Amino acid sequence: MHNKTIAELAQGLADGEFSSVELTQHFLQRIDELDSQYNSFITVTHEQALAEAKAADEIRAAGNAGKLTGIPMAHKDIFCTNGVLTTCGSKMLSNFTAPYDATVISNFKKAGMVSLGKTNMDEFAMGSSNETSYYGPSKNPWDLNAVPGGSSGGSAAAVAARLAPAATGTDTGGSIRQPAAFCGITGLKPTYGRVSRWGMIAYASSLDQGGPMARTAEDCALLLNEMAGFDPKDSTSLKKAVPDYTADLSKPLNGLRIGLPKEYFGEGLSAEMGETIMAAVKEFEKLGATVQEISLPNTMLAIPAYYVIAPAEASSNLSRYDGVRFGHRCEEPVNLEDLYKRSRGEGFGKEVQRRILVGTYALSEGYYDAYYRKAQRIRRLIQQDFLNAFNEVDLIMGPTAPTPAFDLGSNTEDPVQMYMEDVYTLAVNLAGLPGISVPAGLINNRPVGLQILAGHFQEAQLLNAAHQFQSATSWHQLAPGAGQ
Amino acid sequence: MEWEAVIGLEIHVQLATQSKIFSGASIAFGSEPNTQACAVDLGLPGILPVLNESAVEMAVKFGLGIEAEIGMKSVFERKNYFYPDLPKGYQTTQNDLPIVGPGIIEVEPEEGKIRQIRIHHAHLEEDAGKSLHEDFHGMTGIDLNRAGTPLLEIVSEPDMRSAKEAVAYIKAIHSIVTYLGISDGNMSEGSMRCDANVSVRLKGEEKYGTRAEIKNINSFKFIEKAINHEVERQIELIEDGGKVVQETRLYDPDKNETRSMRSKEEANDYRYFPCPDLLPVVLDEAYIEHIKADMPELPKQKKQRFVDELGLSSYDAGVLSATRPMAEYFEQVKERCGDAKQAANWVMGELSGQMNKDGVEIEQSPVSAEQLGDLIKRVMDDTINGKAAKQVFAALWAGEGASADEIIEAKGLKQVTDTGAIAAIVDEVLTNNPQQVEQYQAAPEDKRGKMVGFFVGQVMKASKGTANPQMVNQLLKEKLG
Repeated sequence: MHNKTIAELAQGLADGEFSSVELTQHFLQRIDELDSQYNSFITVTHEQALAEAKAADEIRAAGNAGKLTGIPMAHKDIFCTNGVLTTCGSKMLSNFTAPYDATVISNFKKAGMVSLGKTNMDEFAMGSSNETSYYGPSKNPWDLNAVPGGSSGGSAAAVAARLAPAATGTDTGGSIRQPAAFCGITGLKPTYGRVSRWGMIAYASSLDQGGPMARTAEDCALLLNEMAGFDPKDSTSLKKAVPDYTADLSKPLNGLRIGLPKEYFGEGLSAEMGETIMAAVKEFEKLGATVQEISLPNTMLAIPAYYVIAPAEASSNLSRYDGVRFGHRCEEPVNLEDLYKRSRGEGFGKEVQRRILVGTYALSEGYYDAYYRKAQRIRRLIQQDFLNAFNEVDLIMGPTAPTPAFDLGSNTEDPVQMYMEDVYTLAVNLAGLPGISVPAGLINNRPVGLQILAGHFQEAQLLNAAHQFQSATSWHQLAPGAGQ
Repeated sequence: MEWEAVIGLEIHVQLATQSKIFSGASIAFGSEPNTQACAVDLGLPGILPVLNESAVEMAVKFGLGIEAEIGMKSVFERKNYFYPDLPKGYQTTQNDLPIVGPGIIEVEPEEGKIRQIRIHHAHLEEDAGKSLHEDFHGMTGIDLNRAGTPLLEIVSEPDMRSAKEAVAYIKAIHSIVTYLGISDGNMSEGSMRCDANVSVRLKGEEKYGTRAEIKNINSFKFIEKAINHEVERQIELIEDGGKVVQETRLYDPDKNETRSMRSKEEANDYRYFPCPDLLPVVLDEAYIEHIKADMPELPKQKKQRFVDELGLSSYDAGVLSATRPMAEYFEQVKERCGDAKQAANWVMGELSGQMNKDGVEIEQSPVSAEQLGDLIKRVMDDTINGKAAKQVFAALWAGEGASADEIIEAKGLKQVTDTGAIAAIVDEVLTNNPQQVEQYQAAPEDKRGKMVGFFVGQVMKASKGTANPQMVNQLLKEKLG
């Protein structure tokens, strides 16, 4: 059962091959048996999952089932879940039970989906390897010595290891796409404003976007159908109708214009990686697409711009964790300052503290123009680069990350090296564009992700291209061997 | 050396919306702590703000009310600082692009002295919660009911030169916001709070002195006292060879003094930046026109109309239009009695005197506008004389009757206009006071005017105040020769 895609599971449920309770029990059992090796879950909600599955079966028996009713999934622990521990991978929230559901969570509940639990992540989504999690790093199911990527590493690992058919992720600078690439699954970062951020714990509000992580583009389309939409509780969500993202999946790619940014294939990219990506691009040509070189001249500026804007917003977003109302509070504070300093000093890990400091500095009087304002200007230049490119091509392709998954512990000493991991993904968040990572090969038995980018709100086009690619290739069907 | 104070005010006006500026929680005053604070107000992880449109509408109304430039694109920013009653660790406020741009308010601190006070801008922001230091045994309680309450912060230019002008200015603001119905203006419940920037300089000097900001002044009375105290403190300091330092000072109404809270060096770096959770507020002309169409007559226009159409003096018109309840009361009295000047005299005279004496506001006046209007009518149609009218008013105030007519009847105050009856009393008074009559008749013409007052008094006394004074005068003159 666990090797089936969501589309297949939906068929199985509809045909009465198995019940949601059976399906849910199966996945819960796999989590119990296998996750000690992957550490992909922070919380597993056995009882709640079975209760939801039972309810889903009843809905189905009554003839009211929707497409996804009764299918289990996991949620990144960044989404608030009513009555369930919501830690954001941090000691700061290790005692926080959310009193409400994120809109994404309630959307999936409405669709009748079952929540298996909450997945591991880099603390407050700050990291590219899952190593900043207070709950210990999640491991890559392809190689337990490798990182699963981050920040949605737990979600990626859980889906790759077949502990859940799908999971939610969030992407601020690549946090869905890069772990999807590292773990050999499909991950979609929608257009900024497409999916509600209500109840999604903020890292960098102007960049954060939730999205689906699953094994196929088709599954991502099914999930996005439920996830997306305007939310009156999120002022930055867009009042734009949600199309059926599965409708265009089978459209042929004849005449599709693909752009390859020369900046994505230059220095820093290994020959092996370049060849793997080009082989994938060839597949698109076979499918009728045309390929041309394009330029995104400000690509390299995305890293400094991102690492000013994201920490700046984070430094403000994380001010609420002060030990006063919820979350970690130090023992026996002697005064207010002591309460703040020790609660935050103890509650936040090193990477989070580093970004709070960087962000605080960037917003400080006298530095604001030099850092924050300049970064915002770069952001507009990067947006313009993409807009110009999309005048010439329909989709942009390149590697999701410069390398396949790296070894645990290999990048932790040098934060700047770690930041470079995000070079191909950051700009997409700065521009608010949708992007998807699809499995496109293996290097030393570690998966490689192909990143496909489209214009604002062109998710259907992205999913169409990804689905066509997956119809012609089988990289997405490979299962990891480690720990199974 | 003659010193001059330079004062600028920052007034926080609590807007009379149903719910908070970024959440659906109620803003009603006086509830149990933390019962009106939802997940948004508590700053829980994952929450997002949604702007309350009626707060925007109220801010625009204010802007139109002072003929200010309206910020067609305004932006909410985050003002970052840590404080236990600031749940998110930042206050969402407007900074670079406020919703209301420069405007002007005209005030008349004393009769005939009109001053233009420029308003730098006004912006929308959320209020913080409250820290409660009592009843917690060395700890601090946090009440977040007030957190997220919509405020309009109105920032003046340093255009005021005395505490009296500052009071006139804040009264004018109070008047405008209550006229517009965008705030209840209740200072004791904190619906209007004021910070004052105060500096002093030698008269004629152009440069401003170093200013101190005084926080926590929350009544008209305290504003005047706090500013006067601060001005004196600064003058004494300078005259003693000292220097005013830029700092924030807290006013203590119990001790009538200000004391230092924090200096410029200790001031927070608020690290303002645009709030990424909120879109810029973009308005269009149609929206502005829609609000314009809905604007009530404002104090300035009302005052002008009172002068132009009712023939009142500028000062009287100013007093009567100062607050919406006052203006409404006056206009009702005027409608009822049909005479604006009489209505103005009574409202500003007898009624205001009684209100001051008993410490009540016009809304609580036991004499309704209808009752007062009817009373004035009885004076105008000669049913009672002025003296009796005051008695009737006092009786109405004391609740001794439902209408002027009822009291006139019950107390027998109806003016006697029967010539025969008055002549009989006059005769009696003259007969009983032969000596005074003799003195009167012996006195030269120019002294007699004053002496006749004695006889008038006697006649009025004998008639229990009901005799028509003009007729008494007339008859006395005839009979005394």
